[in-house]
Amino acid sequence: MWRLEARPAPSRAMSYASPVVALVMTVVVAFVMFVALGADPVRGLQVFLIEPWNGPRALSELALKSTSLVLCALGLALCYRSNVWNIGAEGQFLMGGIAAGGLAMWFTMNKVGMSNWAFMPLAALAGMLGGAFWASITALLRDRFNASEILVSLMLVYVANHFLSYLVFGPWKDPMGFNFPQTVNFDMGMPRMLAAYRLHWGTVVALVLVVAVWLFMARTYRGYQLQVGGLAPAAARYAGFSARSALWSSMLLSGAFAGMAGAFEVAGPMGQLTPHASTGYGFTAIIVAFVGRLHPVGCVVASVLLSMFLIGGELAQSRIGLPSALTGIFQGVLLFSLLACDTLINYRIRRKVGA
Amino acid sequence: MNEFALLIAATLSAGTPLALAGLGLLINEKVGVVNLGAEGMMLMAAVVGFAVGFHTGNPWLAFAAGAVAGALGAALFGLLVIWLNTNQYATGLAISLFGGGFSAFVGVAYVGKKLDIQQTYAVPGLSELPFVGPAVFQQHPMVYLTVLAAVVIAWFFGRTRTGLVLRSVGESPESAHGLGYRVRLMRMACVMAGGALCGVAGAYLSVVYAPLWVEGMVAGRGWIALALTVFATWRPVRLLLGAYLFGGVTMLQLQLQGMGVDVPAPIMSMLPYLATVAVLVLISQNPGWIRRNMPASMGKPFHPGA
Amino acid sequence: MKLISKRSLLAVAAVGTLAAALVGCGKKEAPPAPAPAASAPKAEPLKAAWVYVGPVGDAGWTFAHDLGRKAVEAEYGDKIKTTFVEKVPEGPDAERVIRDLAQQGNKIIFATSFGYMEPMLKVAKDFPDVKFEHATGYKTADNMRVYDARFYQDTYLAGMIAGKMTKTNTLGFVGSFPIPEVLRNINAFTLGAQAVNPKIKVKVVWVSTWFDPPKESEAAQTLINGGADVLLQNTDSTAVLQTADKAGKYAFGWDSDMSAFGGKAHLGSAIVDWSNYYKKSIKEVMDGSWKGNTVTRWGVAEGQNDLVKIPDVVPADVKAKVDEIKAAMKAGTFEVFTGPIKDSTGKERLAKGTAADDDWRGKIDFYVKGVEGKIPSGK
Repeated sequence: MWRLEARPAPSRAMSYASPVVALVMTVVVAFVMFVALGADPVRGLQVFLIEPWNGPRALSELALKSTSLVLCALGLALCYRSNVWNIGAEGQFLMGGIAAGGLAMWFTMNKVGMSNWAFMPLAALAGMLGGAFWASITALLRDRFNASEILVSLMLVYVANHFLSYLVFGPWKDPMGFNFPQTVNFDMGMPRMLAAYRLHWGTVVALVLVVAVWLFMARTYRGYQLQVGGLAPAAARYAGFSARSALWSSMLLSGAFAGMAGAFEVAGPMGQLTPHASTGYGFTAIIVAFVGRLHPVGCVVASVLLSMFLIGGELAQSRIGLPSALTGIFQGVLLFSLLACDTLINYRIRRKVGA
Repeated sequence: MNEFALLIAATLSAGTPLALAGLGLLINEKVGVVNLGAEGMMLMAAVVGFAVGFHTGNPWLAFAAGAVAGALGAALFGLLVIWLNTNQYATGLAISLFGGGFSAFVGVAYVGKKLDIQQTYAVPGLSELPFVGPAVFQQHPMVYLTVLAAVVIAWFFGRTRTGLVLRSVGESPESAHGLGYRVRLMRMACVMAGGALCGVAGAYLSVVYAPLWVEGMVAGRGWIALALTVFATWRPVRLLLGAYLFGGVTMLQLQLQGMGVDVPAPIMSMLPYLATVAVLVLISQNPGWIRRNMPASMGKPFHPGA
Repeated sequence: MKLISKRSLLAVAAVGTLAAALVGCGKKEAPPAPAPAASAPKAEPLKAAWVYVGPVGDAGWTFAHDLGRKAVEAEYGDKIKTTFVEKVPEGPDAERVIRDLAQQGNKIIFATSFGYMEPMLKVAKDFPDVKFEHATGYKTADNMRVYDARFYQDTYLAGMIAGKMTKTNTLGFVGSFPIPEVLRNINAFTLGAQAVNPKIKVKVVWVSTWFDPPKESEAAQTLINGGADVLLQNTDSTAVLQTADKAGKYAFGWDSDMSAFGGKAHLGSAIVDWSNYYKKSIKEVMDGSWKGNTVTRWGVAEGQNDLVKIPDVVPADVKAKVDEIKAAMKAGTFEVFTGPIKDSTGKERLAKGTAADDDWRGKIDFYVKGVEGKIPSGK
């Protein structure tokens, strides 16, 4: 019989190998599934893994999707490291999008001319405020009433969704829009890097934030406090680190980041507010944060990986006729494999000696 | 008056899957395991239950199949969380994700298919009673079994020796281990039993409630069931009542619409979720209450010999 | 910290190696290329693509479109090659899907939901040689046009049957979203019922979704609890019909023939048959007569809409009346919305004797008299 035995020190080799092994396991599962579905497995893997990188437009789309994921995941990584389980990034994303969308709508309807460059910081600010506000509700209820942040933030996602519906069906509906639930098309949006592609400068903002968070976590005392607070709450309290300030700062920051992602999405590729602003990025970002091992650079790699899966899944449908459900299965398998492999960092498998 | 009776009937039916899933999660949490994968387990069970119901025409086999599917999903979760000590929250989320994809995948063949299963039930005699009859006694047998389940689980954890041992595992797995109990096996057993109940909840949705299969049909009920365990402070009968309350608010919102009450529909749709938050706040305010009722080791991994 | 970033680099390297290996294997496949020239014995098949908002098996909206696509395949055989992508979310993702389909060589693309309008418009600008068709929208371009159906004709006919079959004089409607199309359907249903039974009233419950069987079931149950004994829906699943059957009431099928699901409850299915329109569009692309900037609405007259599978439980005289109106619709002599029409507040919306046109019908934002309650709005 086998058993798990704790290692004296975390294994460096396994830290390197774990995500690679997880990826390989996922690819193997993908291969098997393609064969089982009667599709050419090599073509299937090519569509999932290569096509999303194929050409400048593909890269632009990949970067665009990754931007939203990375922003959300960055904030979540901060939260999870502080042992604050924010599951409601999707709601914070939506509220940020609503805030920026509302601003753009107001500008458009009042004929305030504005270049995309001028609008971007305003959109970012609006998004951050909207998202942080929504997150602050969760933080408040946890702080004052000890209500579980997992459940409150999750319920608030549904509330945010319905609030969006209320706005686009009601007061924010385009009066020239034949009573369809959508706002006017905004006159301004996100400045594009190249006019031909949808990629915008928000991606650069995201990358800058990645570096900023990395520095914060690795080099500042505050960042250190946040992490210790999460790893060893009792020790942290003893050392005077406040669990309460960790709660508030991580929730507000993650809300702000998710809100900014929402703002960029609404101002950028969408160009208006519709009931379909909710794309699930807030939930996918949870997976990204874990696969990225709660590290800023890891989040970047993981968000690109998961965007690849998402886009690959779409392409698999239109190019090879594979079912759309595959993407969810692959994401789940990736996460499982990673979690399983991660165990081997801190434990090793030994044969049981004796009875 | 009759409308009110029918509202009660609808509430009982709507609350049943929430109650079943909630009871399953409660069993998990009593031994200290938090399973965020309820949504995925319910989806897998819903599709499996529907498929079996479709091919055999037997609702009880369908429920059994759903229970097995839920238990298997929970077993995967349990293996990772109990033996490999992976993070409970992340693993649960992975199950939710995987369950969604898997069920959509398997379910492609069953979208738009019809079940050949009896749809109307009535308790003979009792269902003729005025008001109480249509309100309470015209339900699918599973509704009554759910009530029974809540009572049995309450009795099990409160009054039997095994229940006590399991609760102690939930409070302090280290002590239980020290006393010689096989903590990990007990946790696994509870995780699988909880998964089976979530599975029955999922099968109920696709075989009785809808009765159809469609992707994502669980529509967040797994998460609401999770909220219910906190709301009920881990007491089974209170959980049952909470499930009916939640089911009732959902139906009430539709009812108010039908009666012509002029509140924007999206605002009404928010009600069940706001109600959950409100209740959570009320319940959680009293930290002593939570401390006394919540199993202390919830969410924490257990290493024998660590 | 150094540990982790090295790990990330390794992960990237691993992906890169894997990718390189696959590119090596993948290169054996030729990338999709435009049709080779005249030396081929027969012309390259026309590539046509459909973008669906739901799953093809929904037995409703998407299913009906897919039947149309299959009809096109059957008609044109190897002169055509069709593709479809299902469950495409309305929003920015749709733009990517539509663009990819255009890049893959599809010469005509059909987008089957309102929410694809803006994404399709954006892609149409970049692909002037590709034809774009949008269902149920209103924006067009030189290479993009709109097509739609006249569901309200179906619902009027259903209303006539409902008005005669109801015993409680209360009808129920499960509505998705309060957009003009759905309000039009509700109003036509009411007018049809009133034409045979002036005493009826209609209750509406909104579920804020096109497809969610448990929710549709709950809504249907609520309507039944409120006294409705004949139901119609604007949502896409069979749940409403099945709930009615369970409760011993009546209901109609929607978008496709749902008689198999309804047992004794089924009074007819308000269907849409897109095959004639799709065949026409493909033909126009093939012979070069396709023109953009138009809005085409076909209904009963063109065989696109119908109320089918009316069972024998409906009395013969009602069936006869329905056939009579159907014939008038086919001949173009019957307009569902003919004045005087008053809305539920009593205000006159259409003068006596006036027949509504597409413009009037497209702007409906009110309930006609006889529909209970107010349209949910934010105002």
